Amino acid sequence: MSSQSQPITLVVNGQSQTIEADPAQPLLWAIREQLGLTGTKFGCGIAQCGACTVQLNGQPIRSCVTPISAAAGAQVTTIEGLQSDDGALHPLQQAWIDEQVPQCGYCQSGQLMSAAALLSANPSPSDDDINTAMRGNVCRCGMYNRIRRAIHKVADTNGAVAFFDPAAPLSKQETGQDVEVNHG
Amino acid sequence: MGKWSRRAFIAGGVLTGGVLAIGVAIRTGRRTDDLAPLVTKDGETLVNAWVKVHPDNRVTAIVAHSEMGQGVHTALAQMLADEMDADWSLVSAMEAPPEKSYANFALGKGFVLGDADVPSWLVRTVDGAFQHISEAMSLQITGGSASVRTTGVYGLRVAGAAARQMLIECAADRWDVPASELTAENSYIEHAASSRRAPFADFALAAGQLTPSATPTLKKSSEFKIIGQSKPRFDIPGKVNGSTEFGIDAQVPGMQYAAIIHAPVFGATLVSVDTNKALAMAGITEVVELDNAVAVVGSGYWQASQALRALDISWSTTDADALDQDAIFEQFRTDMDATLANGDEAFDKNDGDAVSAIANAAVKVSAEYTVPYLAHACMEPMNATAWEHDGQLEVWTGCQNPLGFRAAVADALDLDFDAVALHNAPMGGGFGRRATPDYAVEAAQIARAAGTPVKLIWSREEDVKQDIYRPAVMSRFEGGLDANGTLVGWDNQYVDKHEPAEAPVVPYAVANTRIHHATSPTHVPFGPWRSVDHSQHGFFTESFVDEMAHAADADPYQFRRSMLEAHPRLLTVLDRAATEANWEVPLPAGKGRGISLQESFGSVVAQVVEVSINKGKVAVDRVVVVSDTGVAVNPDGVTAQMESGVIYGLTAALYGEVNIANGAVEQSNFHDYPMVRMDEAPVIETHIINSDAPWGGAGEPGTPGIAPALANAIFAATGTRIRQLPVSKYDLEYRVTETDEVG
Ligand code: FES
Ligand code: FES
Repeated sequence: MSSQSQPITLVVNGQSQTIEADPAQPLLWAIREQLGLTGTKFGCGIAQCGACTVQLNGQPIRSCVTPISAAAGAQVTTIEGLQSDDGALHPLQQAWIDEQVPQCGYCQSGQLMSAAALLSANPSPSDDDINTAMRGNVCRCGMYNRIRRAIHKVADTNGAVAFFDPAAPLSKQETGQDVEVNHG
Repeated sequence: MGKWSRRAFIAGGVLTGGVLAIGVAIRTGRRTDDLAPLVTKDGETLVNAWVKVHPDNRVTAIVAHSEMGQGVHTALAQMLADEMDADWSLVSAMEAPPEKSYANFALGKGFVLGDADVPSWLVRTVDGAFQHISEAMSLQITGGSASVRTTGVYGLRVAGAAARQMLIECAADRWDVPASELTAENSYIEHAASSRRAPFADFALAAGQLTPSATPTLKKSSEFKIIGQSKPRFDIPGKVNGSTEFGIDAQVPGMQYAAIIHAPVFGATLVSVDTNKALAMAGITEVVELDNAVAVVGSGYWQASQALRALDISWSTTDADALDQDAIFEQFRTDMDATLANGDEAFDKNDGDAVSAIANAAVKVSAEYTVPYLAHACMEPMNATAWEHDGQLEVWTGCQNPLGFRAAVADALDLDFDAVALHNAPMGGGFGRRATPDYAVEAAQIARAAGTPVKLIWSREEDVKQDIYRPAVMSRFEGGLDANGTLVGWDNQYVDKHEPAEAPVVPYAVANTRIHHATSPTHVPFGPWRSVDHSQHGFFTESFVDEMAHAADADPYQFRRSMLEAHPRLLTVLDRAATEANWEVPLPAGKGRGISLQESFGSVVAQVVEVSINKGKVAVDRVVVVSDTGVAVNPDGVTAQMESGVIYGLTAALYGEVNIANGAVEQSNFHDYPMVRMDEAPVIETHIINSDAPWGGAGEPGTPGIAPALANAIFAATGTRIRQLPVSKYDLEYRVTETDEVG
């Protein structure tokens, strides 16, 4: 196995950092040990539990099996980067609190990163959509009902309605977002 | 709380800075293994809880229970706040550091109060607590669903009530009015007649001079304001942004990382290891040989894991090297037969004459049930960080038994108890696994050998293969019905009795009942697993009752009902479950409903499960849970615990199986030890009954009832009786029309 360390630049939560690492090393351990961002968790190491989920250019990936080389130069988002820069919680994080989702909490970084990727691709997911997107994330504490409820809650609040801002000029919405606007 | 005995203390004093401290302690009366290092004499006292009232009117509860997501800190704080009439927004809870001084009352007094101005300490009591406490031994061990039942009821409620009473007494004195005219609300004392009002903190100094009442008046449940409310849990915000630091997140300057592999067969030891290749790998600094394991230390966990694979290890041979799971079950059978033949059995219950009642019964049913070993598979794999420096050893980990861990580490490394410091972190799941200190001891041994701080992380494979398992159990039943379909005989023999003692005992009125067990030890290490023996016996007994109901051609719900006259609390819970689940409304073909009832850890839970069978596969559509925990301190917290208990038990029932092959565990990770996931998770509807019965637990009682309710539902849908778990062993498609049951 190759074990040649080399400088690799990672862009994590908008910050570019260069580390010395074996390009084959999974991204998870670079995030946790080299960048010190411990919100991303280790659960299985073989892409079976989702605890290590981060987003790579907005796509949820299992960082335990993703070599750093695959992430070099891409946008990596971890749980620490889910809230906005001003510290406001992501709507899902708020829903997680409102629905009292976490139990031990260990799986929840991964759950949130998967759920956030789901909602940005599909603002109003059906139960089946949620099943498909979330079945890779094990919650040993069994909080699935709450996770589902919290996702639906955000979808209900932010779903299709989020695209419609009555204060904005109609034309801007039509050009900015390719959606039908119904003023009825 | 009624009468007081001489089993407990309550004491108060003022700390530097005007903080009022109140402590409640309960004598254990006996020493147990885990607690032995903490008490030097029989009858020495362990602290249950400390409460502080700060000058800014904040209130802190210091409790010796670890948080693993069960919401224990929030629930205990609610119990304190309610009795005190404190302002909830000013109340918090923290885990007591695992210091002897917090556990031992005599020391704790000094530790908490320091050189405070302490009045004469009175030994007073907190009534019948003693029995419960010494049974649960939960003082520093979080398990047995005991936090609310013991620390909450006998510690924090009493401390809160005593504090309130002392503060009122001081206010009465200062304002020169009768105490009976004063009320406490939202952390203020009020005298309505003179419109006077002042915060608790104003009276803290004076209260510290008083001797606490040994008989503070506790509220009736009808007076609760904070108990019974779904207060948001303290621990949740940190769990949505990655900021909660679990044991695995510990950061110590200069820390190295260790990966470990244990002898696959339990009982085998390390003979030799060729470390050449591993030590040549980049970043690897050390290979540490332990009795039954080898660890590699390096600059990163991945590096260490890679190097672990490059080791060439030889382990000793053992008697168990050829043993497999079938042989273990065969051994159980043989030992059970031999025990019966020799008349060696130990009895849990022997009422009437079950053997002749069954011999003379109109209908007889016999059945043999088995459940496999199970791993806990906490979401956070076992891990600990250790650093030996300046004559002391520090350990960072998440555990259910911090004092026991300190003692075990001190023991293993030949250090004084006081030379070991333990920083306990929130746990990514405990479920009983994190009461065993093996992983912390290993981290300490490796750190000592490496001479640096070391974070040891077990791989998931090691977590599954080196657990302290739920025991595999075999349980055999004979049942007899008379001509009217009344259950007249119940004969149950099983292997290996553990805790709690009452797990195999059914609540049903059966005139002739014999419950007895044989011992049949194996080489597989075992320990507590969520709900302990209830998880196996709940499945056995509630399935077999169902078999008897069908043999009697009776409705399984009504059949249970008819035998519960003596247990109105259980009957209420059962009835409510049937109602909420629309038990009487028939389901279409291909679907089935099953019911179960289980009392455990002081709580009663009934469950109704609805399943659909599709192409031989079972889907769990809906689970109705009715739970009576006496008083639900935090109803949403209890609901979450029920949901969690159901999914945990459902995973076990559908898929859970740890098999022994050639003496070692076959399973290794989530691909071959599968979990219920989002797409298989049923809708769970939880209904809470506050019966005002003595306080029960919530973390465990949701688990035992799901497997039997599921198995009973599968029988209703398919006619196939599940007598072995997991359900995934059965191909239900081909059994749909078979009714090979009861005969
Ligand atoms: S740790 Fe990556 S999927 Fe489990
Ligand atoms: S909250 Fe514990 S594993 Fe999901």
